[in-house]
Amino acid sequence: MRPILMKGHERPLTFLKYNREGDLLFSCAKDHTPTVWFADNGERLGTYRGHNGAVWSCDVSRDSMRLITGSADQTAKLWNVQNGSQLFTFSFDSPARSVDFSVGDKLAVITTDPFMEVLSAIHVKRIARDPADQSGESVLILRGHQGRINRAVWGPLNKTIISAGEDSIIRVWDSETGKLLKESDKESGHKKTITSLTMAADGSHFVTGSQDKSAKLWDSRTLTLLKTYVTERPVNAVAMSPLLDHVVLGGGQDASSVTMTDHRAGKFEAKFYDKILQEEIGGVKGHFGPINALAFNPDGKSFSSGGEDGYVRLHHFDPDYFNIKI
Amino acid sequence: MADVMIAEASARLGIDFSQVDLDSVQLPPGEDFGVISDDEDLYQDDHLELDTSLNNIIIVDNLPVVPREKFDKLEGVIRKIYGQIGLIKEDGFWMPVDPDTQKTLGYCFIEYNTPQEAELAKERTNGYKLDRSHIFAVNMFEEFDRFMQVPDEWAPPEVKPYTPGEYLQQWLLDEKARDQFVIRSGTGTEVMCEVMWNDARQMKPDPVHRRAFWTESFVQWSPLGTYLATLHRQGAAVWGGASTFNRLCRYAHPQVELIDFSPGERYLVAYSSHAPSNPRDPKRIVINIFDVRLGKVMRDFKGSADDFAIGGPGGVTSVSWPVFKWAGGRDDKYFARIGKGIISVYETETFSLIDKKSMKVDNVIDFSWSPTDPILALFVPELGGGNQPARVSLVQIPSKEELRQKNLFSVSDCKMYWQSNGDYLAVKVERYTKTKKSTYTGFELFRIKERDIPIEVLELENKNDKIIAFAWEPKGHRFAVIHGDSPKPDISFYTMKSGSSIGRVVKLTTLKGKQANALFWSPAGRMIILAGLKNFNGQLEFYNVDDLETMATAEHFMATDIEWDPTGRYVATSVISDHGMENGFNIWSFHGKLLYKILKDHFYQYLWRPRPPSLLTPEKEEEIAKNLKKYSKKYEAEDQDVSMLLSEQEREKRKALKDEWNKWVTRWKQLYEEEKLDRQGLRDGETSDEEEVYEAKEVEVEELLDELQEVVEYDE
Repeated sequence: MRPILMKGHERPLTFLKYNREGDLLFSCAKDHTPTVWFADNGERLGTYRGHNGAVWSCDVSRDSMRLITGSADQTAKLWNVQNGSQLFTFSFDSPARSVDFSVGDKLAVITTDPFMEVLSAIHVKRIARDPADQSGESVLILRGHQGRINRAVWGPLNKTIISAGEDSIIRVWDSETGKLLKESDKESGHKKTITSLTMAADGSHFVTGSQDKSAKLWDSRTLTLLKTYVTERPVNAVAMSPLLDHVVLGGGQDASSVTMTDHRAGKFEAKFYDKILQEEIGGVKGHFGPINALAFNPDGKSFSSGGEDGYVRLHHFDPDYFNIKI
Repeated sequence: MADVMIAEASARLGIDFSQVDLDSVQLPPGEDFGVISDDEDLYQDDHLELDTSLNNIIIVDNLPVVPREKFDKLEGVIRKIYGQIGLIKEDGFWMPVDPDTQKTLGYCFIEYNTPQEAELAKERTNGYKLDRSHIFAVNMFEEFDRFMQVPDEWAPPEVKPYTPGEYLQQWLLDEKARDQFVIRSGTGTEVMCEVMWNDARQMKPDPVHRRAFWTESFVQWSPLGTYLATLHRQGAAVWGGASTFNRLCRYAHPQVELIDFSPGERYLVAYSSHAPSNPRDPKRIVINIFDVRLGKVMRDFKGSADDFAIGGPGGVTSVSWPVFKWAGGRDDKYFARIGKGIISVYETETFSLIDKKSMKVDNVIDFSWSPTDPILALFVPELGGGNQPARVSLVQIPSKEELRQKNLFSVSDCKMYWQSNGDYLAVKVERYTKTKKSTYTGFELFRIKERDIPIEVLELENKNDKIIAFAWEPKGHRFAVIHGDSPKPDISFYTMKSGSSIGRVVKLTTLKGKQANALFWSPAGRMIILAGLKNFNGQLEFYNVDDLETMATAEHFMATDIEWDPTGRYVATSVISDHGMENGFNIWSFHGKLLYKILKDHFYQYLWRPRPPSLLTPEKEEEIAKNLKKYSKKYEAEDQDVSMLLSEQEREKRKALKDEWNKWVTRWKQLYEEEKLDRQGLRDGETSDEEEVYEAKEVEVEELLDELQEVVEYDE
């Protein structure tokens, strides 16, 4: 089906997130204003104004009431999803990048970039039920990554935190004690910066995308490498279909090394892989510029991609898609 | 000696040395445990030479013997001669004096800053006539040492017992009749050369041999595929053998930059250029011709870059490789080079000029050999503002007899294309229009094998069309031309033979508006790839010229290079470029089916291993072609078996993967169930995960946005 082109951002997209019901799509971009859209027709519902820098990621609570965003203005903010008002601001001394609510939405993990003398860190914050009781205290601060941490998410039962970033190592931390439990090893792990990490719906496995032109699938409890998907481009974004055994990779050349002669040159396709056989099944073209963000609707019947070109493309699958056999 | 030491050491340590695979031994980087590798051996020698630094000293003999008072005068004369060639070192001049007679001894030593200068001085002044009775004899100081060691009596050389070498053409006996190729990829410390079989049936390459740092610049196959040549700082080396790639021979040539094999691969020409000590001087060029099997220098050529420059339309241009062009055929009898107004033809029996002199051809700027016969084609441009016409002539070697000549008028440029059997020669002639403001192109077609070599003129229908590419069908009688304006030029096919009128060139067809800029005929003829490389983004059209129909169109995005395998069964298209995108190669069947693709970062070379020509007689080949059905049965059956096996394997593999995956998923599901209660706890007792049944309630919300009272005028 024709994709729905959602033009609302003025700068490259950075992150996309569906709420649990799959009726809302939240998008983050470098233009300071996270936006919420209707996930079926792409109509813009509203924006969250208040950040003063690029917004790198967001997460929405299970009841779709709260939104958390991490921004380069050195803050992470809690929002009221319904009316767009700011509920709380977590302030840091360096840009906030990745945010993720825990199961039960009582905790949030926020990563901060290395900046000037400050090292990168993973912060765990308690999220109060009533915004009036919210405090900015960190429950836990984890350090140990070299360079930027591009993504940190909760493991099964909030027992672990899984993080990955520029040092191309995936780390699993104990979320109680802050102890480093596991590290991906050099042999099986990524060779270059890990740009993205997406958890499966049930938290049992996750997929990472890296600039080494591959994506890898890991067991989130044991950190065992299960699958590797090799592509021709640096991978900026990964997503997994909740319905079928498909993995989608998005990426492309760095904005700086993209040619201007042919749109195919950068290969800005969202590439579909068979999750089990690790074979490419197909691709969805469209973006003029690398793909920075990908997200699957929780019902598995549509997905959206956000590009360096500032567009969000919302794709509802054709019926044929559900009968792909290889 | 080293062998003995190793044997002793291994005996002492109780190791059966024959069981040790030396290649598997990995030393930590930078550590050699005092053992010098073969390759470093040579390198070490270089250092030794520099340390003792005797190779920059020359001995000049046959100087006049002078008394003390004339010493300074003589020194002045000698310094003047040798100071021109290079800078003589401070205290670099020493003329010994006989203590008894107080006269010089008739020789002196001169030390230069660099060995190159010393070498040059030796070359230039050996045999220099100071006067009638004093003819200089110049030698390198090092050589002098060596000459001193020559024993006075001749001893018969030791005859080494014959040891049979490896069978170098083993690869041709591959049971599956596959072809090999070599690829080079990687940068810096990760340069990797790999030789692989093209296993098209299995849809993947089958590795034969891989080596890191196999070469320091590039690799090259010999023309018949027997050897793989690699380049190193110290020289070139060739590799080959029955089972794997062993070093067969080394050719010492410091800083070698380019190499070229003779067509019969008996000789190897190596080229290097060296920066002069004085930056204003032209570069020094050294060319060695080696015997491939002996590793011996057969002849060397040294000189400044100017000596090797060839004439171009605008005068002298730079050195173009290959400097020496070899006559066609496998016997490697002649090679030639072009100089200012001369063509020097050498023969390989004595490695000297034929008739001891070069051929004088005024203003000649280009020449080429027939690929099969000792025939030279020369091109001389127009002279005297058009008074003397340009000329293409065919010259027989060694008789130097002119076979045919054609004068051409108002020519701006000429290019010669030989058909691979040497049957035809096409000369592309660029002519000025009457106004001299623009040019148009025509072809002069020579039929070499016919009596008196008839010449035919071919002009395109639209005379103003630019010629983008021209290519003869290998071993055939057809050729293809891309003409017209980019981006949508036309492609025409012509034949030199036609049913009705023999000896007339006939156009077969023109394909209009093709996105192509290069032509690649299959080595077996008949099939051609019309390719749009580089700016055309790698458009490929597989065209059958027998039936004049397109077999397939395809695209290998950004492709830069195309090479047919030597049998014409497969085609490799590759993306070789520095921007690092899409680098890698695709293998296609001859009719345009993509078989497999390999991606490689920093991909630099893809070369099929050439095959020597078939040993079958033309009659036998014809017979096979006639009974192809009978022969092909066996291969078709094999193909079938392989594809059955392959799909079977594939099925099994997929099944295994699916099973493994299902195992994971079952485990996860189980864990997920087990953790269900914990999760509920975390969610404050919210019953379940996603399967929760929720009712859609319709809620009506009324919101008062604004209240406004307005008086509406009411007209009756």
